[in-house]
Amino acid sequence: MNLIDDFRDPARAKALLTAIDVVTGEIGATAENPVHIMEICGGHTHAIFRYGLDKLTPPGVEFIHGPGCPVCVLPMSRVDECIEIAERPEVIFTTFGDAMRVPGTRGSLMQAKAAGADIRMVYSPLDALELARRNPDREIVFFGLGFETTTPSTALSIQAAAREGLGNFSVFCNHITVPPPIRALLDDPDMVLDGFVGPGHVSMVIGTHPYDFIAEDYGKPIVVAGFEPLDLLQSVLMVLRQIRDGRACVENQYARVVPEFGNPVSLAAIADVYEPRPSFEWRGLGEIDASGLRIRDAYRMYDAESKFGVGYGKGAPRVVPEPEGCACGAVMTGRMKPTACPQFGRGCTPEMPLGALMVSSEGACAAYYQYGGARALEAAE
Amino acid sequence: MCLGIPGQIVRITDRDRQMAIADVSGVRREVSVACVAGNDIDALIGAWALIHVGFAMALIDEAEAAATLEALRDLGEAQETLAAMAEGAAALEEVRP
Ligand code: SF4
Repeated sequence: MNLIDDFRDPARAKALLTAIDVVTGEIGATAENPVHIMEICGGHTHAIFRYGLDKLTPPGVEFIHGPGCPVCVLPMSRVDECIEIAERPEVIFTTFGDAMRVPGTRGSLMQAKAAGADIRMVYSPLDALELARRNPDREIVFFGLGFETTTPSTALSIQAAAREGLGNFSVFCNHITVPPPIRALLDDPDMVLDGFVGPGHVSMVIGTHPYDFIAEDYGKPIVVAGFEPLDLLQSVLMVLRQIRDGRACVENQYARVVPEFGNPVSLAAIADVYEPRPSFEWRGLGEIDASGLRIRDAYRMYDAESKFGVGYGKGAPRVVPEPEGCACGAVMTGRMKPTACPQFGRGCTPEMPLGALMVSSEGACAAYYQYGGARALEAAE
Repeated sequence: MCLGIPGQIVRITDRDRQMAIADVSGVRREVSVACVAGNDIDALIGAWALIHVGFAMALIDEAEAAATLEALRDLGEAQETLAAMAEGAAALEEVRP
């Protein structure tokens, strides 16, 4: 079977792939000397594997899978802290389902639930607010996880709780932001990155200007992209054209959804409720300056960290080593392909993840694993 | 959790709290429209929005909604989101283990 048959508009996909071929040739990139393009967002990583874009594009284009999967960069100690809060008898701990299987040092939230903690998967922090209304005698804690796409939802929920005077609702805030890790990766002398495909839905909230530094300070192109397969091909082509022409600017391929200055209501809510932490730990990347958010003092009573005395920088050592034999850090920074990890498919599978990159379909390891079967078949043909 | 899903706003439920019912692939649930309401919340009825974890985050046209939904189905994300909505509804009724 031809991979291109999977596209809804194979003719357009073919035309884009031909153009990508031509520009890659003009750049002079080859399998030995490829251009390295990082797709920042885990949704893009997933789509690249689903459509086999890494195989359809010429060998001179190499995708580096970025840190844009919030579940994958969640350190073990944060999971431990969630469990510590969830084990309190008065607490109903609510979380997005994605976080349930992330391993901590004492197991995952799933395991803690099985052991008796009242942990509930919800779709939205609005569900947690509703639980707080219905259970005035319980403490409802929502695990605030994710990048700028989910940050407005918890900020607006905290504002709503404050308006309603819901004293039994709080957020355990572990929100992180996209630009700081990109800067950290660009500052890393071992990283070779020639351009970026920027996250679409994060940018819908923050706009395109937070990426200006990538072009202005580091001279690298970035194209904000939608996640339909043709969007991705178009965006890769736009990145390659900038490289060929020696340009570096922020382009917006996803302008039909991403406004230049983002969503003003969301940005105002984020600014009202949250402030940057001095630094925050990322699994595989370590501490990164101003990369995490915490709840401002004005909303202190909705902050699970101060309510329960648990959280970042409190108690146990901040940085916990990764499990034995796990190469998540090297994979996360694009230094190693998932399949090169000794645990890949052996000690670590989507059913029994050892590392966080195997937990969510947006993690590079899970994406490799999930689509590995189809890819191997294809190679055999 | 990271990718939004298209839904159509069918009814405003609470003007003060800026809440509305959205139809997401045949599943109806209450969402916040605070980020897209502007000055005229009633103008949202019938509109399509990208909905992230219960919050309408951007208005899109119908064709974009259809294309996005198809991409999400391909990735398995549409099914995951609908399952998460059902989990959310169930979590409200769950009794303490
Ligand atoms: S295969 Fe598992 S342990 Fe190895 S890098 Fe991937 S997630 Fe980490």
